[in-house]
Amino acid sequence: MSEDDLWKRLARLTPARIGLGRAGSGLPTREVLGFGLAHARARDAVHTPMDVEAITEAVEALGLFVTAVASRAEDRATYLRRPDYGRRLAPASRDSLVEAAGESVDLALVVADGLSARAVHEGAARMLAALQPLADKAGWSLGPVVVASQARVALGDEIGMLLKAKAVAVLIGERPGLSSPDSLGLYLTFEPKPGRSDAERNCISNVRPAGLSHDLAAFKLHWLIAQTFSRGLSGVALKDESDAALEGPAERDALPGSSA
Amino acid sequence: MAYRHVVGPRTHVFADLATLMAKATPIRSGDRLAGIAAESAEEMMAARWCLADVALSEIVARPLIPYEDDDVTRLILDTHDQAAFAEIAHLTVGDFREFLLTASSETLARIAPAVTPEIAAAVSKIMRNQDLILVARKCRVVTKFRNTIGLPGTLAVRLQPNHPTDEPKGITASILDGLSYGCGDAVIGINPASDSIRTLSSLLGLLDDVIQRLAIPTQSCVLTHVTTTLDAMNRGLPVDLVFQSIAGTQQANASFGVTLAILKEAHEAALALKRGPLGDNVMYFETGQGSALSADAHHGIDQQTLEARAYAVARVYRPLLVNSVVGFIGPEYLYDGKEIIRAGLEDHFCGKLMGVPLGVDVCYTNHAEADQDDMDTLLTLLGAAGCTYVMGVPGADDVMLNYQSTSFHDALYIREVLGLKRAPEFAAWLHEIGLADGEGALLPGGAGTALLTAAPDLAA
Repeated sequence: MSEDDLWKRLARLTPARIGLGRAGSGLPTREVLGFGLAHARARDAVHTPMDVEAITEAVEALGLFVTAVASRAEDRATYLRRPDYGRRLAPASRDSLVEAAGESVDLALVVADGLSARAVHEGAARMLAALQPLADKAGWSLGPVVVASQARVALGDEIGMLLKAKAVAVLIGERPGLSSPDSLGLYLTFEPKPGRSDAERNCISNVRPAGLSHDLAAFKLHWLIAQTFSRGLSGVALKDESDAALEGPAERDALPGSSA
Repeated sequence: MAYRHVVGPRTHVFADLATLMAKATPIRSGDRLAGIAAESAEEMMAARWCLADVALSEIVARPLIPYEDDDVTRLILDTHDQAAFAEIAHLTVGDFREFLLTASSETLARIAPAVTPEIAAAVSKIMRNQDLILVARKCRVVTKFRNTIGLPGTLAVRLQPNHPTDEPKGITASILDGLSYGCGDAVIGINPASDSIRTLSSLLGLLDDVIQRLAIPTQSCVLTHVTTTLDAMNRGLPVDLVFQSIAGTQQANASFGVTLAILKEAHEAALALKRGPLGDNVMYFETGQGSALSADAHHGIDQQTLEARAYAVARVYRPLLVNSVVGFIGPEYLYDGKEIIRAGLEDHFCGKLMGVPLGVDVCYTNHAEADQDDMDTLLTLLGAAGCTYVMGVPGADDVMLNYQSTSFHDALYIREVLGLKRAPEFAAWLHEIGLADGEGALLPGGAGTALLTAAPDLAA
């Protein structure tokens, strides 16, 4: 086998950028430009504004009610410097949610731009479409889907509280990686209210076509929500054991003495 | 006690030493987020003038967090070398800058145990980037495990073969790629996606196997929580180095789930394994500006001073490696390339001045205003400053942690431009197996096949 063929084979074993070759100490031109393009896409994912109208239309097409809100961060530059602003609602949005709130609900759903509007544009409606039948089957009452701009995960705490929800699930654009500008994160918080810590949430990460599929992510989220309701908590005390529900217990505890 | 400085008609007043140090700090987003940054350019310079007149003895006498409230403060004061301090106690911060610029390597080594993190941070705030480079370059911190790290004229590289799902074959492929570029003398260190003991066991076995099969004079590490590594050592798994993220306050360390007692226990357990034939530096720590603020545990102290306090924690465990993950924590702490570059040089300087083997993860995330050009600049400056080690990530793209660091190619670049060598034992090994010539230049062809003996089933 030639050296080139060998590295091509090895490169298939990992998404990491291996076997790139070199020009002296530097990268070949195709790799420098390829990296530049990937970085440009990740930058665009961070800085492209979320298209609230398009998201609203796509979610309404699923038969769900939608309401749009904004955080206290007025623009992207402020959002990036002031995570505290991204965690609280703008006063006008707060007022409108207070008005929109009806009776208490089981689950509030938030679609948040986070750090990748692209992830939301490409994945949020599909994610909700995959979750909807599972939520219907479980008989959970839902609040309106809240589409939130310049939002951090913790904005869901205030939204969930105002909607009188038992739990909130936030679908948010994750910090884009060079090879994953389109990744959604799902965060679940029981009894949401401002001041909840990250240790009180469960997270499902890397939801995108080349990562965790929407169907599998919906299954995991549904499993976590059901556990949250039955155990009355979310966060570090609730481990994601949905794999076992999918595969059966055979693979677990294969390592002697493992406490996993 | 309040500090005052008069500029023309205006008197600038700083309520206490913590405020003075925060206002004297070059502007960065994290100090603004904490509400402690200077509010004007003039106020920042007034604070620097004022800080330059503060005596080092006064800094030692006025702990920024009370002794009773914080175990990091207690550690700093209880381990302060009074005899060594006698040589510099009479100096002001301004005098100390000039002392450092003229000091020899021997002098800097002698005073290192007398330099508290607050002293290092204070003087760094009135130093320009060139001062930070020049003084750090003179500091010598040499550590040993299976090779010798930190010798003058050398720069080591951590080979970082991360994989999004910890797939052993994928990780091995990245290791072989890195070795073929002559990287991995600092450590072959994996950030696992899963922190289960099962994953840890598999990855520790993989690393031990590669190092033994190829007889590589280097060490391995799986960067998981210290309590998990303790568990692994108790199970008899092959642990070379114990890793932990640490910070500069007791409360911030608590948010990482660590105490000084746990670190001591892990340090002693790793020493007892006696796996390092050349030396017994068995700890690996990571730090980063902003971690204490992120944990809401900053006590109103600026993030650069808190970062230096993390080096005081590291110092007592005689680590093989310590690195700041400078651009990793995000733009709310370091906004852009300029802030990241400045912070990287400060962190490296403070660590070295305190006698800690400081490397830097020259890196950024995609929501920071930074790019590869900024990283090239910081890498080149750190190379000139005598940085102990940098990261080697395939193509600079970490596909597990989703950020950009330095690549195997970047290591070749800095060696060629500045003539920096690898750890001598590792360099000799590369020559022996035919990957590099006697001067350390990579030889053309054949690297992959030679290395594949470590994992014969990979290319099947």
